[in-house]
Amino acid sequence: MGASPVITITGCVIVAIRDNLDDRSVMMLQDQLVEEVARTKAKGVIIDISSLEIVDTFVGRMLGAMAEMAGMLNARTIVVGMRPAVAMTLVELGMTLAGVETALNADKAMGLILSGRASTSRAR
Amino acid sequence: MNAMDRIGASAIKRTKFVTAVSEIARNALIYGGGGVMTFHLHKLAGRPSVLAECVDHGPGIADVDRALQDGYTTGKGLGLGLSGARRLVDRFAIETLPGEGTTVIMECGAR
Amino acid sequence: MALATIIQNEFDQILANWMRDQGREGVRRTDVVSARESEAQSRELLQALARALRDTRSDDTFDFSNPGWDPVREALEHISQTRTESGVSPTEMAWFIASIKQSIFTILSQRNADDPKLLIDQVWMVTKIVDQMALHAISAYVDQREAIIERQQSEMTEVSAPVVKIWDRIVTVPLLGTVDSFRAQTVMENLLQAIVEREAEVAIIDITGVSTVDTMVAQHLLKTAAAVRLMGAECVISGISPKIAQTIVHLGVDLPNVVTRGDLQSGLSYAFERLGVKIGG
Repeated sequence: MGASPVITITGCVIVAIRDNLDDRSVMMLQDQLVEEVARTKAKGVIIDISSLEIVDTFVGRMLGAMAEMAGMLNARTIVVGMRPAVAMTLVELGMTLAGVETALNADKAMGLILSGRASTSRAR
Repeated sequence: MNAMDRIGASAIKRTKFVTAVSEIARNALIYGGGGVMTFHLHKLAGRPSVLAECVDHGPGIADVDRALQDGYTTGKGLGLGLSGARRLVDRFAIETLPGEGTTVIMECGAR
Repeated sequence: MALATIIQNEFDQILANWMRDQGREGVRRTDVVSARESEAQSRELLQALARALRDTRSDDTFDFSNPGWDPVREALEHISQTRTESGVSPTEMAWFIASIKQSIFTILSQRNADDPKLLIDQVWMVTKIVDQMALHAISAYVDQREAIIERQQSEMTEVSAPVVKIWDRIVTVPLLGTVDSFRAQTVMENLLQAIVEREAEVAIIDITGVSTVDTMVAQHLLKTAAAVRLMGAECVISGISPKIAQTIVHLGVDLPNVVTRGDLQSGLSYAFERLGVKIGG
């Protein structure tokens, strides 16, 4: 399984996670994203998880950690495209990803980052 | 995953079950030093279900009741794995003997 | 003379007597099952029985689960299904099957009058078979009833929780009546699915029509709100009556991160505000 490609467009680091990840590639992806944010001085990170059928506590924790690390570099992290079944499972697991912003899709997340608006679904 | 398709499980049930299996497998790997996971087609209250059994021969869990509480962990996780997995399935059973290992049984119906 | 041979040879006579007995026993239900249908069903069942008796060895080791009895079981399931749909009770269904005994016994006693031992064996065998048939019909009846109930339940849940797109990027679902876990789950699933399909950014759950809010219902609302947020939308709960507000506070349920409003209109205007929608002049 190849790594998911990370690209940066107008100050947004974007990654569409392609397949269900094993733990090692999750950690590799995290490294890659943080380095890309630092290198490009990006304002935001968009992680598209629409192809993920499973998000367990390990991946959930990585998303939270990612948001925190990017935050330290002054970038927002927005997770987009979560499937309904995944959302319900995470809630049942007790993982609400409180520190992570969410949006329906990458397009909307891009709009949020470029306009500097807060996500409608930010945790209060 | 295929087993859940075979019993015609809904997307939600399938995702919940596979996530629970993933949590338990990770526990067996990190705390139990690796284990064996087997799947069977089964019946729960007369309806088809999938049963997963995870056996490891690790150190066992000293205090199962506490381990099943949200937020309790002896490692560096969130302490949601075991308790969360229990909420995701229709039937959850855990058997552990200190020094001998842990067996977790999870069962999930189609809807 | 062997049982299978007798039933084969005297088929028409047995069928005619059975039809007559059905009328006498009052199991015919001419109001819901027409005479023609009734005869067709009886014939179908008797034919299956004759075939099974011929194909299996009807000695003492009678086993209804033997594949040789498949045609009988299928016939029973078919009859049970048509009768369930027309509203026949399980007792009537069992009587209908059991009433076949008399006509068979009559024929047997005529043909084997000279061999009482054989006659008794055959009567015993027929009793065993017919009892099994009646039991199987009842169990098929129960299965079919359960399937009907399940279908109705899921249909009702669908109907009682319609998710509506009321504005661009806004969906709403009204909750009505008593909310149990199963319904709360279905509402959550439908709502999340609608958020994906309609690309909604605000989801309003209107609980005006909910009769009581207890801890369980509040928990489900919280979970739904959390899941909606994870998908990238915002959840608003409207229709909080003064009474429900009191209940929620008294229950000690915390609703953090959830916007609540008194009625659907306020919920909607909150959504407009969030999305920057301007209405009128």
